[in-house]
Amino acid sequence: MDEALLRSLTPSVLGVLVRRGIDFAAAEDAVQDALVEAVRVWPADPPRDPKGWLVTVAWRRFLDTARADAARRRREAVVDEEPTPEPAPTVDDTLQLYFLCAHPSLTPSSAVALTLRAVGGLTTRQIAQAYLVPEATMAQRISRAKRTVSGVRFDRPGDMATVLRVLYLVFNEGYSGDVDLAAEAIRLTRQLAAAIDHPEVAGLLALMLLHHARRTARTRPDGSLVPLAEQDRRRWDTRSIAEGVEILQAALARDQLGEFQAQAAIAALHADAPRAAETDWVQIVEWYDELARLTDSPVVRLNRAVALGEADGPRAGLTALAALDEALPRYAAVAAYLHERDGDVATAARLYAEAAQQAPNLAERDHLTRQAARLNALRRR
Amino acid sequence: MAKYLLLKHYRGAPAAVNDVPMSQWTPEEISAHVQYMRDFAARLEGTGEFVDGQALAPEGTFVRYDGAGRPPVTDGPFAETKDLIAGWMVIDVDSYERAVELAGELSAAPGAGGKPIHEWLELRPFLSEPPTITE
Repeated sequence: MDEALLRSLTPSVLGVLVRRGIDFAAAEDAVQDALVEAVRVWPADPPRDPKGWLVTVAWRRFLDTARADAARRRREAVVDEEPTPEPAPTVDDTLQLYFLCAHPSLTPSSAVALTLRAVGGLTTRQIAQAYLVPEATMAQRISRAKRTVSGVRFDRPGDMATVLRVLYLVFNEGYSGDVDLAAEAIRLTRQLAAAIDHPEVAGLLALMLLHHARRTARTRPDGSLVPLAEQDRRRWDTRSIAEGVEILQAALARDQLGEFQAQAAIAALHADAPRAAETDWVQIVEWYDELARLTDSPVVRLNRAVALGEADGPRAGLTALAALDEALPRYAAVAAYLHERDGDVATAARLYAEAAQQAPNLAERDHLTRQAARLNALRRR
Repeated sequence: MAKYLLLKHYRGAPAAVNDVPMSQWTPEEISAHVQYMRDFAARLEGTGEFVDGQALAPEGTFVRYDGAGRPPVTDGPFAETKDLIAGWMVIDVDSYERAVELAGELSAAPGAGGKPIHEWLELRPFLSEPPTITE
């Protein structure tokens, strides 16, 4: 059975139900039931019109639930058996769903969960596994999220910035459990880019494709991290890079620069270098300047210090670094790197060990500990 | 089946036999150690005895309630805290003896010079649900 097809139909099926006047939470439950039913039935009996099948089954589920509720309350069912004809479903439905599921009233974790279920068509169990929480916890998170957005009108334009942030969060979660969240984020962003012509949507899609292209080269078979400069660039996915670059160029031509386009431009410059030594660091520094102007983020300034260290030498990088707050995440790691390039192995080793203590995840901690160990071994020679 | 918590300490446990900080090992020794830990967890998943394993950041904060309408009080991190937990593994095994056996294997993970660390791990039984049959 084609699970990708099934999942890609989710938002438009949900859109049809919501257009029929069903409240979002009930419609979403009905669609989820229909998806589960499809997984059960389709392999043996594939429908000729998959979307029509899903709409019909979801609609029946909704009626059953509504009737059961009505019976329980000993009231007359007020729902007609035959649905009123709905306006032809449009791309707009899909777009409104993205806005609703990433509504600014939701916390990031709730928006992520709701987007993956209602737009992505993942089951609660799959989402729970991907985020390593119990299924009951994830079910609660989703139903609370649905309650939060229950009063939101479905016909207002939403906030694209929160939608993009949610998709970015999903992508960054990467891969855990049996759901590939990075691939899922790309699929959802691609679907969004098809629904709306927006340079930052394109920028985010390009950014994801360019980073995804390096995925297999980023880790060794034992799970340890390979820094960008040491990656085997022949293992980068050239098709993904080509697609990302093309999308980015079209977006940049619109002349409405945003942070995702700028980040994608930096990723594209890395992708462009056949060898690490041929990286155009001068241009990368310029893009970091743009990015700092757009976001004013200290993390961007930290990355800029690294780029400057490559473009103008480690001393320049260290000078830029000195202007930043030492409490920034990864400050010690950047300082260690620049000091090593500057030839101060002792300081670099000490800073790498310090950076390992502050590492936010095990892979980074192991990587930084290895760097400290490598330099300490050098010093013993 | 009974669940046990294997606790690894940054500080607070008696000193390991092979007590060299990881940043002083060679990169190959670190790789061997990481591989040993992975293999150990994978083997326990294979035997159906693995429940969970997590690592903790070295620094934490103490927090307590400070009365209605006030924000919680925070204190720390304390550089000199005696007991500092580094991480845990939860196993579900048939006997205490099996839990001790596995803790012993985990403590044999290779460290500096490729020799076992002989690290002290703390083994703590979970308090379980009351049994259905009580007489």
